[in-house]
Amino acid sequence: MNAVVQAKAESRHLLSGNEAVARAAWEAGVRVAAAYPGTPATEILENIALYPDIYSEWSVNEKVAVEVAIGASLAGSRALAAMKHVGMNVASDAFMTQSLAGVVGGLVIVVADDVGLSSSQNEQDSRYWGRFGHLPILEPADSQEAYEMVKRAFDLSEEYESPVIVRMTTRVCHVKAMVVVDGERIERRAVGFQKNPQRWVMTPANAKPRLPLMHQRDQKFRELSEASDLNLAFPGADRRIGFITSGPAFMHVRETFPDAPVLKLGFSHPAPLDKIRAFAGQVDTLIVAEETEPLLETEIRAAGLAVRGKDLLPRFGELAPSVLRPAIKPLLGEPYEVASRSQADLFPRPPTMCASCPHLGPYFALSHIRNLNIVGDIGCYTLGAGHPWNALDTCTCMGASLSMAHGMDKGRGESDDKKSIVAVIGDSTFLHMGMQGLLNMIYNRGNVTVLLLDNRSVGMTGGQENPGTGQDLHGLPAPRVDFAKLAEALGVRPERIRMVDPYELPTMVKLVREETKMEEPSVIITNRPCSLTDRFERFRAFTVLDDKCTGCGNCIDLGCPAISVARRETVTAKSGKTKELVFAQIDANTCTGCHMCVETCAPDAIVQPEPQNRVIRIHAHA
Amino acid sequence: MLDGITNILVVGIGGQGVMTAAEMLARTALDQGYDVKKTEVAGMAQRGGVVSSHVRFGPKVYSPQIDAGEADLLIGFEAAEALRWLPHLRPTGVAMVNTLRIAPPVVSAGLYDYPADPIGALAATGIEIHAFDAGAIAEELGNPKLVNTIMLGAISEHLPFPADALKACIVAGFRAYKPKLAEVNAQAFDAGREAGNVKAISSCSSV
Repeated sequence: MNAVVQAKAESRHLLSGNEAVARAAWEAGVRVAAAYPGTPATEILENIALYPDIYSEWSVNEKVAVEVAIGASLAGSRALAAMKHVGMNVASDAFMTQSLAGVVGGLVIVVADDVGLSSSQNEQDSRYWGRFGHLPILEPADSQEAYEMVKRAFDLSEEYESPVIVRMTTRVCHVKAMVVVDGERIERRAVGFQKNPQRWVMTPANAKPRLPLMHQRDQKFRELSEASDLNLAFPGADRRIGFITSGPAFMHVRETFPDAPVLKLGFSHPAPLDKIRAFAGQVDTLIVAEETEPLLETEIRAAGLAVRGKDLLPRFGELAPSVLRPAIKPLLGEPYEVASRSQADLFPRPPTMCASCPHLGPYFALSHIRNLNIVGDIGCYTLGAGHPWNALDTCTCMGASLSMAHGMDKGRGESDDKKSIVAVIGDSTFLHMGMQGLLNMIYNRGNVTVLLLDNRSVGMTGGQENPGTGQDLHGLPAPRVDFAKLAEALGVRPERIRMVDPYELPTMVKLVREETKMEEPSVIITNRPCSLTDRFERFRAFTVLDDKCTGCGNCIDLGCPAISVARRETVTAKSGKTKELVFAQIDANTCTGCHMCVETCAPDAIVQPEPQNRVIRIHAHA
Repeated sequence: MLDGITNILVVGIGGQGVMTAAEMLARTALDQGYDVKKTEVAGMAQRGGVVSSHVRFGPKVYSPQIDAGEADLLIGFEAAEALRWLPHLRPTGVAMVNTLRIAPPVVSAGLYDYPADPIGALAATGIEIHAFDAGAIAEELGNPKLVNTIMLGAISEHLPFPADALKACIVAGFRAYKPKLAEVNAQAFDAGREAGNVKAISSCSSV
């Protein structure tokens, strides 16, 4: 990773798309970069942070990140904001209007669509934003193109005073491929903010005259797209079919149909319709291979061309060779034979929480309390919906837990009569978009028990920092928000703000029981760090004394992956009833000695071989 | 290895070092002058899920993904995962498998069964499969994290470039970032190379 930071021009490197974007941003003279972590875009900012010439930050959410970038641009600096596809929904308010006002320093928004949903709650096509916001879209197909197009995007943005969107997908962000680095950083002086209220104060009177300018800009982008070498035709000998494609689908098409002509759209919006028309005339059947929505296909059809696309290809997921082949080979009269050797019929291996994860305690509690509606949020704790907890009932979007829980409380139906409503949210998600939900709930006299699981990291994306961790993107000390004070400031009564060690299971269960019975909002805040971060302190492993284990299975219910079933026995009680006993074992390599399971074991069968280190301390960071 | 492209699939469980092993193969291939692409199907793999890493190299690589039935080499870091991904291997391919068994919580909870004899099931396919206990070798060398390098050593004789090129790439990486571990990784590579030479438990010639 460090190698590319110092890479000299003309050197070859194995870079992910995200690393390539970072290098390109540096070369392009970017002075400010901001993002909120989100798979598959997270590593863009992590890599930009390695370049000391760029000011970079984790912003609290994507809207803030884009606004930071806009501010920097108005001061004349080149600026970049990066996010995953759902982050664009949050950020859109800012760039939909800035598109009208325009920019000064080049402003590029890099958005990563999680095509195939490797780690997302939905699948979106961010190319819509180009159409919606009147912004050009560049679509790289691999790391080399990501590197080149980000640099081009900055030039385009600055020349036409417009934000530019670079649309990546998981299969560009996370694929490592060869990149020839061909430049060094070009420093660009920022002239400073030039006051011009008519341009920058978007009141109706000022915004209105910008509308025709924006439409003229659209026309200019269309001309540029027609002439752009990023929209490139690859000739092919077999003209029975010809493809129009963009992004990684281009690679899959070339792999699968090496002899077919291809028009590759790197500058994909506005679409170069004249170029497309000329290409269409050279092939018998024109097929658009685009992930995921039929955007180009619809526009090409609207231009009066006969085209095929989503009638052959799926509207979701990646257009990998394994998808293209069976969809298109029959069209050529080449029936595709499905491989005869099928996938072995095996158990699944779903993602699960980690050993000593501080979320295990709260979910142990939630799974042991009845009559709860548990409204969830985005983070590792979403896994609480799975085995063995089954203690999370919804997951929609960042910060939705508090507001949806509030709505569920206000909209109670017949079966909710005796139920308590619980919202579960993590530290970073709370700061991203959850706080407003809490404020709203308090203001409107709601009644929800909030579990604020503070593990001092953005866990699911790999343990990034946030305003609750006390460190910034660069690992430097940063002001740390006090969640209890924040909840109080938003209006939660101090008596209803409860701090708890999530490893103390009896306390955890008791607190959730107590607070869910209250007729007013409560906030329960847990205080153990994510066990995958440096803040976590590891202790010696525990073991199960087999002669003491009674087979009650309580520790298994915790869901810790270090604990597994050693054996099962069916016993018959004196009453004649049979019962299955489950004897546990602990994997010494996985166990971190957190002692949570000890709390579940009545016969004291779980012990540390040498017990002197049993005291656990929370690592205090300044 | 059709069209001059070599397809290697590395599979295992999040946290086992699958992605690092694939990275080493990709870097070495790049050093050897090939065009290279490496991609993962990892999902939320940090949480104990399935990881499969695809490495493709040759004169020019387009798609980063290896289709079913198109892998030339399969490196399995866990027995059941090797079985899961075996359909990705060509009938003429070679699989190098660590005999380690890791049952996920859903198996432990009794919801699913772990196959009784995954290595036997692999052998029954008649494809050339080499299986050995990489964990035991790592333990002998004093560090369970060496499994990664041992598996790379084991597959090294089957690559289209010299085994020593891969070894040099791994050792150079450790020299640069964790110099104390360079020597033991060199030993692990050699130990893996020897282990990989064990007679195949089955081979395409035996069918």
